[in-house]
Amino acid sequence: MKIDKDTLHKLAHLARLELDPSNEKEMLNSLSEILTWVEKLNELDTKDVDPLVSMSYELNAFREDKVTEELPREEGLANAPRHDDKFFIVPKVIE
Amino acid sequence: MSDLKDKNSFEAVIGLEVHVQLQTKSKVFSPDANKFGSEPNQHIHVISLGHPGSMPKLNKKALEYAIEMGLACHSEIGRYNFFDRKNYFYPDLPKGYQVTQDKTPICKGGYVEIGFDTNTPKKIMLHKIHMEEDAGKLMHVDGKDISAVDYNRAGVPLIEIVTDPMITSSQDAGAFLTEIRKMVRFLGISDGHMEEGSLRCDANVSIRKKGVTTLGNKVEVKNLNSIRYVQKAIEVEIERQTNLTLQGKKIISETRLFDPEKNQTYGMRMKEELNDYRYFPEPDLAPFVVDDTMLDDIRKKMAKLPRQYYDDFTQKYGLPAYDALVITEKRDFAHLFEETVAHTTCYKQVSNWLMGPIKSYLKENGTSLRKLSLTGAMLADLVNLVEKGTVSYTVACQNIFPEVIKTGKAPHDIAHDMNLVQESDSDVLMPVIKEVLAQNADKVAMYKSGKKGLLGMFMGEVMKKTNGKADPKLTNQLLVESLA
Repeated sequence: MKIDKDTLHKLAHLARLELDPSNEKEMLNSLSEILTWVEKLNELDTKDVDPLVSMSYELNAFREDKVTEELPREEGLANAPRHDDKFFIVPKVIE
Repeated sequence: MSDLKDKNSFEAVIGLEVHVQLQTKSKVFSPDANKFGSEPNQHIHVISLGHPGSMPKLNKKALEYAIEMGLACHSEIGRYNFFDRKNYFYPDLPKGYQVTQDKTPICKGGYVEIGFDTNTPKKIMLHKIHMEEDAGKLMHVDGKDISAVDYNRAGVPLIEIVTDPMITSSQDAGAFLTEIRKMVRFLGISDGHMEEGSLRCDANVSIRKKGVTTLGNKVEVKNLNSIRYVQKAIEVEIERQTNLTLQGKKIISETRLFDPEKNQTYGMRMKEELNDYRYFPEPDLAPFVVDDTMLDDIRKKMAKLPRQYYDDFTQKYGLPAYDALVITEKRDFAHLFEETVAHTTCYKQVSNWLMGPIKSYLKENGTSLRKLSLTGAMLADLVNLVEKGTVSYTVACQNIFPEVIKTGKAPHDIAHDMNLVQESDSDVLMPVIKEVLAQNADKVAMYKSGKKGLLGMFMGEVMKKTNGKADPKLTNQLLVESLA
C-alpha cells in the first residue's frame, strides 16, 4: 500500500511527532513497506470470525467499589518531568 | 413586521449531551477515591496516572449505576459490551486516550418523559447512554507559559446521556435536564450538582426552515453549568443562527462557549482542526456480559423514580398535579409523604404540611429534611391532632411543630405536656362565655342592635380567658347562640 505525503503529515501530527524533512522519503518507503506486509492479512477470509476485542478470554473481570490504594501525592508527582508541590506542570495548553 | 414573520418561519433542532458523574466510592477503573473538593492530586493511583504496565479493572458499582439509569429511561441494555480507547493528546488524561464506549454503549434508545403534569406530555427520545472516564482538571496560570494539572477527577465514572436531535425549545431542554437531575438523585447514583460539575450539559443547536426535514449545520455550545444557562445559551444561539441566515450568511459547524455575563456565545479558537480519535477496543479491559440475573438483581435494588412517586401521589392519594410535582422534586419529601400516609388518610393535609410549614422551616433554618428527626409517624400524628380538633392548626404549626423538631417527642405528648389541647367541651366554655357577655353588657346591646362585627371582639375575650385553647369553631357557635 502506497502512502502519500499528506497521510504521513497527518499521522505525524496525530502522534505529535516532528519529522525531519530529509527523512521524509525514507519514512514514506518504510511505512509503505510495513502496510504492504500487514496487508497480507487481508487475503484471509474472516467473514465468519468475530473481531478480537481482548487478548484474554476473561469475561466480567470486575472490582468491588472500594478505595483500597492511593498513591501518595509526593510519589505520584516524583516521576513527572515537571511539577510543583501540588500539581503536575505542563506546557501551557489553551483551549 | 416582515422581519418577525421571517424569524417565525424557522424552527430549532436541539440535541443534548449530558455527562453525569456517578457517586461511587472509588474510580471507574482504579482503586483511588472518587471525591470532590479535596486538595489537588490527593486521589491518584498508578492506573489513573496511566503508568506503564498498570492494568485497569471495571468498578462493578459504576456499571450497575449506568444500567439503573438505562432502565429508568426505558433503554435497551447492551448484553455484550467492551470499552474503546478514544485517542487524543491533551494533558487532562495522562494516558493519551480516554476509555469510553464507542461500539457498544451500555444503553441504547429509550426516552424521558417531560411535562407529564400538563396536557401535553412529551417523550424526549434518547440515542444512547454510554460509560466513560472523566478527565483531570487543567488550571491555566495567567501570564505564565505553564498549566497546572490536578488528576483527582481523572478516572471518575461518567455516563453520557445523548438525546436524539428532537428537542425544539429551550424550555423543553430545561425540563429534560430537570427530570434527569431528579432521576439521578432519586436513584442515588449522582448528586446532580451542576455547579460542581457532577452534571454537565452540552447543547447541539441548529435551525431550519419549517417544513424542511434535513438538519442544518449544528453548533455545539459548551460551558453550561446551570439549567438556566443551558436555556439561555440555546435561546441566544437560536437567535444568532436565525439572524445570520436571514442575512444570507452560512452557519459554520463549530464549538462555541456561552458567556453568561454577556449573554452570548462565542467561537472557540480550535487549535486542532482535525479530530481523529482512532477508536479501537481497549485491550486492557475484559469484555463484559450483562445477563438476566444481573438485570433482575439491579431492578430489585433500584430506588423508586420521581415519576413513579408522581403517579402514585396523583392516582392513589388523589393529590393535585401541582402538589405531586412539588413533593416529588426532592427524594426526602417524596419518602416522607409516603411514610406519613401509612399512618393517616388525610393525604391532602399531609401535602399541605410538606409544602407549607415544613418547607418554610427548612428554608428559614437553612437545613434539610434528612437532618430533622421528623418521621412519617410523627407528621401523621400532627395532622391527625388538627383533623380531630384536639389542637388548632395555628397551635400545631407555631407551638407543637417546632417542639417536635427540637425534642423529637411525639406531637400528642407535646400537646398534653404543654397544655395545648383545645377546649371543646361546651360545659367548660359556656361559663366563660357568660362571664364575657356579662362584663360587656354595652357591647352586647350594640351587637343586638345590628353591630354584628363585635362577634370577633367577644371571641377574642374568650380566647384570652382560655389562654387561646378554646375551640374556635365551637366557641363561635356558642357565642352566636348566646347572643340570639
